[in-house]
Amino acid sequence: MNGKFSNPPMISVRNLVKNYGNSQALRGISFQVQRGEIFAFLGPNGAGKTTAIKILTTLLRPTAGRVEIDGLDVTIDQHAVRERLGIIFQDSSLDDQLTVLENMLYHAVLYDVPRRLRGPRIEALIEVFGLGEYRHKQVRRLSGGLKRRVEVARALIHNPKTLFLDEPTIGLDPQSRNYLWAQVKQLNEREDVTVFLTTHYMEEAERFAHRIAILDQGNIIAQGTAKDLNMQTHSDTLEDSFIALTGREIRSEDNGMIDRMRQLSQLGKRK
Amino acid sequence: MKRYIRSAPRMFGTLGQPLLFFLALGFGFGPVFQRAGEGKYLEFLAPGVVGMTILFAGVFTGSELIWDRQFGFLKETLVAPVPRLTIMVGRTLGGTLLATIQGTIVMLACFLTGFRPVRWDHLPRALVFMVIIALMFTALGTVVASLVKDFQGFQVIINFLVMPMFMLSGALYPLTDIPDVLQVIAKANPLAYGVDGLRGILVARTYFGQLVDLIVMGVITAALLLFGTYQFNKIQI
Ligand SMILES: Nc1ncnc2c1ncn2[C@@H]1O[C@H](COP(=O)(O)OP(=O)(O)OP(=O)(O)O)[C@@H](O)[C@H]1O
Ligand SMILES: [Mg+2]
Repeated sequence: MNGKFSNPPMISVRNLVKNYGNSQALRGISFQVQRGEIFAFLGPNGAGKTTAIKILTTLLRPTAGRVEIDGLDVTIDQHAVRERLGIIFQDSSLDDQLTVLENMLYHAVLYDVPRRLRGPRIEALIEVFGLGEYRHKQVRRLSGGLKRRVEVARALIHNPKTLFLDEPTIGLDPQSRNYLWAQVKQLNEREDVTVFLTTHYMEEAERFAHRIAILDQGNIIAQGTAKDLNMQTHSDTLEDSFIALTGREIRSEDNGMIDRMRQLSQLGKRK
Repeated sequence: MKRYIRSAPRMFGTLGQPLLFFLALGFGFGPVFQRAGEGKYLEFLAPGVVGMTILFAGVFTGSELIWDRQFGFLKETLVAPVPRLTIMVGRTLGGTLLATIQGTIVMLACFLTGFRPVRWDHLPRALVFMVIIALMFTALGTVVASLVKDFQGFQVIINFLVMPMFMLSGALYPLTDIPDVLQVIAKANPLAYGVDGLRGILVARTYFGQLVDLIVMGVITAALLLFGTYQFNKIQI
């Protein structure tokens, strides 16, 4: 498998630290993603996955450390880095006031998709994501899942070298989910697109990711193929490995909240 | 750059409300001023009202940046491989178009109330001035919006910046008859130059001189665009 990946790596992260004020979101993480690899970032809520993606995609500046995409420093060669990216954000990045079609056109223009390709590509994506009848509807009038479909379809309009997917399948129905993964796999296999994804669905990571890193409270606590992780934790499934690695407790910086929840459940019992 | 101008539906969607507001103001104040004994007050006021319309429209469309940021849409623009100068100029041009249209509509409304420019063939020149005023204030609105995190912050700045700018601009009264202090303040007020220029064209009455008006506004606009670009380079989401 290693033979397929030629150096240098597509994504290279060394000792990345990110502080928000006094709180540390990333505490010095390092990893590499090879060209043509599908790499998954797993971790409990608040682990720092989205923060990492924002730094990798030039939206946020690191506090310390070095991040390179295709050998380019994300804090210096921002424009060149952006030219290589496609991204599906975790939360909405659509213009509510515009229609589905307008949002997609805006994207095509931003990414300089050649004029004659714009129409056919957008129509094809609208078709496969079942957005045909909503084409001229304002995005704010769509259901949550339909919005998500627009978001996903839009990200596939241009041809990035690296695709970042931050929990791409949240809110999608099984059909759209399948189509998304089929599309991602195809891009990866046929066009050698590097994929960096986060998800809370372990089976997605198990099925599609070549390698996985588990992030917890800003640290990478394990890295490897799904098999590696299962062996390391003596588990049968990735889900079990994940829980073995990150614990059963619900993650929260504010442990008081967990206490309060315990109290609440006690109250319930007393009734 | 034209491609960043927001789509038509959105622009017209935001047009209605301010238009109503300004029309009401224009019509409502007109008779009062005339009764105050200033026979040609309407003539004096019209360029001021047009300038004011553009000021408010420009600053408020500039502020759309805050919405885009809060609702996440700004991310989509910022990750795209587009030079930050283009983003700044594109956004400003979009708002400029909207503000100019609003200014034009208010000017037409002024014609309806009986206002007549000294020379009809100078109207295109007035339009050029209106575009420059719109550019300046949309850029200003965008810059201010890039400096604050939410609408409360924006409101505060608007109250302390835009309202005084309007009140002290000479839109409502001639700058020649006011105390020296106010004259000095007016000289530091971008809107004063905009209104003065418009007034020069429409009713042949200027305080600074049209050329000075143009140069001052040009310099301010360029500075704002550059500062906005710097802000877009710095902005984090
Ligand atoms: N803008 C911000 N300001 C301050 N703290 C932030 C900000 N964004 C994120 N954080 C904090 O940084 C930490 C990591 O957040 P991040 O969004 O990266 O988590 P995540 O792994 O993506 O979680 P999830 O699975 O819920 O999406 C959290 O503790 C969060 O509270
Ligand atoms: Mg996240």
